[in-house]
Amino acid sequence: MLSEHHDAHQAASSAANSNLSASDRAESTSKPGSKALRLITCGSVDDGKSTLIGRLLWDTKSVSSDHAESLATSSVSDEEGEAGTHIPEFALLLDGLQAEREQGITIDVAYRYFSTPRRSFIVADTPGHEQYTRNMATGCSTADLAVVLVDARTGILEQTRRHATIATLMGIKQLVLVVNKMDLVGYRQSVFESIWQDFQDLARSLSVETVTAIPVSALRGHNVVTDGSAKMPWYDGPSLLQTIETASVNTVPDGRFRFPVQRVSRPDESFRGYQGTIAGGIARLGQELTVWPGGAVAKIEQISTFDGDLLLARKGDAVTLVLDRDVDIARGDLLTATVSPPLSGWTFQANVVALDQAGIRPGREYWLKSSTRRLRVRIAVESQLDLQDNSWRRADQLTVNGIGKIKLEFAEEAFFDTYADNQNTGSFILIDPQTNNTIAAGMVIEKIGGVGQPDPSAMMELTLPVGLAKLLLESDIAADHRDQIITKLVPSSKTPGQGDI
Amino acid sequence: MSELQNKPVKQLDPHLQALENEAIHIFREVVAEFTNPVMLYSVGKDSSVLLHLARKAFHPGPVPFTLLHIDTGWKFDQMIRFRDEVVAQHGLQLTSYTNPRGASQDITPFGKTRGIYTDVMKTEALRQALDMGGYDAAFGGARRDEEASRAKERIYSFRTADHRWDPRNQRPELWSIYNGMINKGESVRAFPLSNWTELDVWSYIEAQAIPVVPLYFAAPRAVVERDGMLILAQDKRLQLLPDEQVQQLMVRFRTLGCFPLTGAVRSTAQTIKDIITELRAATVSERQGRAIDHDQAASMEMKKREGYF
Repeated sequence: MLSEHHDAHQAASSAANSNLSASDRAESTSKPGSKALRLITCGSVDDGKSTLIGRLLWDTKSVSSDHAESLATSSVSDEEGEAGTHIPEFALLLDGLQAEREQGITIDVAYRYFSTPRRSFIVADTPGHEQYTRNMATGCSTADLAVVLVDARTGILEQTRRHATIATLMGIKQLVLVVNKMDLVGYRQSVFESIWQDFQDLARSLSVETVTAIPVSALRGHNVVTDGSAKMPWYDGPSLLQTIETASVNTVPDGRFRFPVQRVSRPDESFRGYQGTIAGGIARLGQELTVWPGGAVAKIEQISTFDGDLLLARKGDAVTLVLDRDVDIARGDLLTATVSPPLSGWTFQANVVALDQAGIRPGREYWLKSSTRRLRVRIAVESQLDLQDNSWRRADQLTVNGIGKIKLEFAEEAFFDTYADNQNTGSFILIDPQTNNTIAAGMVIEKIGGVGQPDPSAMMELTLPVGLAKLLLESDIAADHRDQIITKLVPSSKTPGQGDI
Repeated sequence: MSELQNKPVKQLDPHLQALENEAIHIFREVVAEFTNPVMLYSVGKDSSVLLHLARKAFHPGPVPFTLLHIDTGWKFDQMIRFRDEVVAQHGLQLTSYTNPRGASQDITPFGKTRGIYTDVMKTEALRQALDMGGYDAAFGGARRDEEASRAKERIYSFRTADHRWDPRNQRPELWSIYNGMINKGESVRAFPLSNWTELDVWSYIEAQAIPVVPLYFAAPRAVVERDGMLILAQDKRLQLLPDEQVQQLMVRFRTLGCFPLTGAVRSTAQTIKDIITELRAATVSERQGRAIDHDQAASMEMKKREGYF
């Protein structure tokens, strides 16, 4: 038991078998049992990505002998005074599908798992081809860190720029530059330094928080897991493994309390709880929260888990909340701290990555799923990111793999945070109602309209019952003016479930 | 029975806690989004963890779906006994299904029907049982670290109306947002343990004191060596070939399936702690003892495309 919350929890716990408390979950990194680090490797087709991952798995003894036996070994030519190292053909190990092995290419995202005595790792292994931007975006969505691979002979390429841009757009704040194939440039420090300089310029333009660089020969194993100082005495930094062993997991501050309701649990008349995973902040016993939509206010009366009740639970915890009064709450509703409401409105702007061959076409209606809520949405493409020079150009549709800014228009009130504030409540997918395919991944930038935008001198304030206000807002009369309507709940904690507008 | 006591004995470390949270989230999401889910329960260690997580996810309510066991009729006796005890102890709903073709056409894991045995008694049986139940979602305990084609699996894995998996045309899956939209007749296989490794499973079993079939622990057992595998010699249906001899060896099972197709490994690991120590030093993969993976190259991928979980 690690934290100060423990005693308090014990006191509150009613279950006899409880010795668990969510509040005790230490977040410290790089010690045994810390949360797994999720990373993505990106690089162009010939940068040696498979060799790098293979080397990482091989040298951490994560490849089992029966798997290794099924691989042909390729021999590496001898260097002066160095015995030839025989290592397996790693791509065969990594490419799991028949078609991939036949065509010698990686088609899809695959996840690799390995661990060292210090921590566990989940590696999203994605294809390097340009046309697979969508796979990279998929891998990035859950990654804490991106390893960007560059061939020492070619330096930063357009593809490197593209990958770094996608990674930062998807919210990754730690980049590790691996300058690979150092053996092919005579292990020269000047080559490494020059690429590192270029990459720092790139990282600055993308405002990445943490950037590190490592000179590596994945084929020969220098600076991946084992020390490479024999060949590169000028480099005294950590190996790749040391770097990722000590990297922090995505430690976005816990943020403001967010709880998207997954389901209502009513096993019998005496119990009514709301099940879900805390998407931000902390849930405390007695804390006041607001229910969206509706604006009803209630307090947390019980935080229930299988292992007993908790005094406090934090972001990431899957719990069941019981409230102190009867409130109308259903799946898809969002519970937030009353003091920090979400962005609410009918129109939002978002970044999206087009994932489907059909692209994203103007004026189409899609399903939008965000957290646990699914809404109808009409979208308008505004601009597309040109990955060659990082500029946004006007566009009215996106083809597959395109990155763009779109406007989301809802037929009912929607609730989000910006993606920068909360990756859970600020992200969504778009689903084509005809094919049911996931056609885009989106990140909310901001709410459009609302306070400040319309000319205040041309506005009139009305206070209406919620029901009537909703009818009005959903009507055709309001349809073309939603951007100009300001809705504001009149706080009324005495009548939960009711609000005025 | 002491093995079925359920008391967490150890604080979960942050890694296991994160895995548990993710699995519970997936369970709740599927139950909320689908009308008729079912959980595939194969009695093995992964199924034991899966069931434990299901009980946690819906607490204080009951597990809100049926467990489905595809019984080939060739499972280890200990598995069936264990299954029935677990079901009784937790008051669960369980459906056991056996493909009638096994008996009517005498399809066994031996001799000339061996080649079609897995397809008929496992894959075809699963398809039949899912169709009969009209299930639109099926939880499975598959993990991505088990096998190369499973490394490509989604957490919500879409299946056509005839249960086919198209690995080249899967829905992208971002963050923890799952696309559960399907047409009538189609279904989703949901894998809450996708991100768990074999070591994670055992560490969790230890931390939560989850009961598992005793065959996982080393003991002196009568085995016979066949096709490079150590087969348990306890079932009367196992007929020894002329050169075969039963030996008493200290063995355990790393995975559990049909007894004639699941090889034991020599081991002295008699406790969960021993197993974890053994795994940390292991250089052989978990499914190495499973004959069905080695029938042909890309064997698991083929089976999965046909509807195997």
